[in-house]
Amino acid sequence: MTDSGTTAFLPALGRALPAIGEGLLVTLEATALGAALALLVAFALGLAARSRSRTVRGAVRVTVEFLRGTSLYVQLFWLFFALPMLGFRLEPMACGVLALGLNYGAYGAEVVRGAVAAVPAAQTEAAVALGMGPGLRLRRIVLPQAYVLMLPPFKNLLVQLLKSTPLLSLVTVADLTFRIDQLRSATGGTAAAYLLLLLVYFGVAVLLGAAMNALERRAKARLGVTGGSA
Amino acid sequence: MWDMDAARDALPVVLSGFGVTLLATVLGFAVAVVAGLAVALLLRSGRRWIALPVGGLAAFVRSTPVMVQLFAAWVLVPGLDPLTLGVLVLGLHYATYLSEVYRAGIDAVPKGQWEACTALSLPRRRTWRAVVLPQAVRKVLPALGNYAVSMFKETPFLSVITVNEMVHEASAFGSTRFAYLESFTLAAAVFLLASWPTSLLVRRLEARLAH
Repeated sequence: MTDSGTTAFLPALGRALPAIGEGLLVTLEATALGAALALLVAFALGLAARSRSRTVRGAVRVTVEFLRGTSLYVQLFWLFFALPMLGFRLEPMACGVLALGLNYGAYGAEVVRGAVAAVPAAQTEAAVALGMGPGLRLRRIVLPQAYVLMLPPFKNLLVQLLKSTPLLSLVTVADLTFRIDQLRSATGGTAAAYLLLLLVYFGVAVLLGAAMNALERRAKARLGVTGGSA
Repeated sequence: MWDMDAARDALPVVLSGFGVTLLATVLGFAVAVVAGLAVALLLRSGRRWIALPVGGLAAFVRSTPVMVQLFAAWVLVPGLDPLTLGVLVLGLHYATYLSEVYRAGIDAVPKGQWEACTALSLPRRRTWRAVVLPQAVRKVLPALGNYAVSMFKETPFLSVITVNEMVHEASAFGSTRFAYLESFTLAAAVFLLASWPTSLLVRRLEARLAH
């Protein structure tokens, strides 16, 4: 049975290749959009967490704990199944991007907060002494140094986010997992299909990791140059 | 809109699923704690023919989605009941994270501790068991706690292989009664109520161990 499954699998794989390619694009799209939204949320919440106002800090704390504590899986299902009952229906892909972005954004907020806090206070003091305003200080002095610290944890979060995208197939998004699942049910080449699926995800994860490492090297080099000329 | 009757009916269903969720978390984390330590020790065994394949496999498991791993295990390992299989897959997935945590903890044990063991000519086993591991594990307890909370929130993945944990139950209730709003909101609330205090506890532990 396994043999016939495998022999039927290869030609079927050939025919399904365009569909799998489309699925891969959907997975990459979900990862990119989810990561973009997460980055936005992370910076908004992470910087607001350093606000002087207790009310703002408290509100950020509650938001972050809420977004992290309710489980990505439940958030996605809530957006897809429960939200329409309140009269709002979102596209499946929009549900996915929103859930990924908010959940990983909350984890990212901690990264941003921690990285900004880790920049030595003397750097800010020196910028104040030079008469820089708060916006300029953040943009030119604090963030470039914090950015280098953020990249390694962001790399982990990005790979985690990619690994969460198969969830979207459960709410009818035709991503990579969805497409290969179709191939599997069409051919019965089950083990081969899942092995292929794991390999493709692994490949994408390795490429994303390499890209983030390159970003980190560049950020470090730039910081070195800036430090040298100053 | 919110239906109080549906919510009242959903609550016991969701809570019965929560029992399975807790069980899966406890068993899964037990697997992860033991297997993670085994991986960490194998990687440090100093034998390349062990460390290389173990490291490669761990990296592969760590970098691929647990949901697809569950599907794959579901067809490759027939004959196991869903909960056992799910606990093993989730546990081994987290073991690959925990092996890194243990490694960091072991690396953080001062060199002098090893040297003292050599000076006292303690056997290798005893060096690990009585000197290195107790210090390493103590250092990484908060990190282990964070991963336990994280695994707790990922147990809904087990529903894809028909484990009747909380979200599976909430989903089933939602579809039969057309009450997704009530059942999923309750499930979200239970996750929040359980994970928030636990992460506060972990943070406290972190602060205490830092001194």
